Amino acid sequence: MSFITGVGLTSYGRHEGASSLDLMSRAATLALADAQLARGDIDGILCGYSTVSPHIMLATVFAEHFGIRPAYAHAVQVGGATGLAMTMLAHQLVDAGVVRHMLVVSGENRLTGQSRDASIQALAQVGHPTYEVPLGPTIPAYYGLVASRYMHEYGVRQEDLAEFAVLMRRHALAHPGAQFRDPITVADVMASKPVALPLKLLDCCPVSDGGAAFIVSGEPTSEAQVRVRGCAQAHTHQHVTAAPALNELGAEIAIARAKAASGLGISDVRYAAVYDSFTITLAMLLEDLGLAGRGEAAARVRSGYFSRDGAMPLNTHGGLLSYGHCGVGGAMAHLVETHLQMRGRAGERQVRDASIALLHGDGGVLSSHVSLFLERVR
Amino acid sequence: MSESADWTGGTEAILYQACESCGAAQYFRRAFCASCGASDVVEKRASGEGIVYATSLVCRAATEETRAHVPYNIVLVDAAEGFRMMAHGENDLAIGDAVVAGFERFAGRMVPYFMRRR
Repeated sequence: MSFITGVGLTSYGRHEGASSLDLMSRAATLALADAQLARGDIDGILCGYSTVSPHIMLATVFAEHFGIRPAYAHAVQVGGATGLAMTMLAHQLVDAGVVRHMLVVSGENRLTGQSRDASIQALAQVGHPTYEVPLGPTIPAYYGLVASRYMHEYGVRQEDLAEFAVLMRRHALAHPGAQFRDPITVADVMASKPVALPLKLLDCCPVSDGGAAFIVSGEPTSEAQVRVRGCAQAHTHQHVTAAPALNELGAEIAIARAKAASGLGISDVRYAAVYDSFTITLAMLLEDLGLAGRGEAAARVRSGYFSRDGAMPLNTHGGLLSYGHCGVGGAMAHLVETHLQMRGRAGERQVRDASIALLHGDGGVLSSHVSLFLERVR
Repeated sequence: MSESADWTGGTEAILYQACESCGAAQYFRRAFCASCGASDVVEKRASGEGIVYATSLVCRAATEETRAHVPYNIVLVDAAEGFRMMAHGENDLAIGDAVVAGFERFAGRMVPYFMRRR
């Protein structure tokens, strides 16, 4: 058994002058305070990666910087799925008794630490170095390819995808830490600059600075108890050229395994936190996970199903699309927000019932998937 | 493995590998079949004919060299020989179009470029 005992999150956007280590430290400090733990209580560290400051031993670099001498430490790299993959690993190491209090941390000055071109180019390297990268694709192009096929097979329109950007922005309006807090409409998304059609600027998450952290413990450290109920992964390919058919993607495999591991079904879920690097990512994942029927996710957005006061509140902090995306920390913000909701601490964003939450992360081009169920014990 | 005699090495050709053991076709070159693990894969030259599987028109590029080409259409094509590949194509290609490959210069290199079959 393992519990998420504390969470920490910086605002996302511009943090002029802050390094990746600074942002990691800020988030870790917040998470420790939230868990009512001291540095010396932490005996394990898992961290993500920084494209701005790559290092072959980032976890020990951070441990030294932060002033911790853990019994267990290393970095994890699964692209956008890293945050939840670390959570799964932390859960298993804690459950096995290897670690008592695992600090899971990531942060990156991706916006101010390098040019936007450098960011886009660094990320495009997830493509095949010989058969894809020489063609000049970008991450939006990889997802644009998937979007074109998904729209073709399931009759989804660009206006449908735009609904997800509008929803995430509406949610971000209520979070003071969100990078984007100006309301937008479907028409605004449709009129935004083309990036990699069918994806336009407002279909794409931004590049951000920020940090996120949480602590996974073997026993609760305070009255609020949120435990990891079950989790699973699936990895079907790396490159979009080698991706399986749309109905054979990893999200469906990972959620089936996570359901089996947790004994829970979609009907038990009260709050959803789903990776949203692009509007198409969110639309597809919601449908792959069974949170909407095929081609029906946008209609559910329109009907308010995924709104704060809807039946299945989704990414109430604004997601990657509007809270921001600083790399590994991006999707970790989804877990931080979920934790706040589960403990009734989300303020004006608070939903009625977040007793059981489903989180899902995706890395690469729908390559790596992690599904995770959290449960409030009391 | 040696430098490939296809577009990735500057030759006007699309090559793929066929497995003598299980019959699978694969596009990314390696010393074995990724489907069955057998090492008797044979390199073959593709006809260049295929069907468009997906498209994305890139309007914002990330490097100085590629920016000179925008907009350019990135396509996934299902080749007649049973493998899928990424390439460039005419800007108005649609999913399901029957296409044939030519070659074009892009950012200082040669890349496959698909056109509608007439």
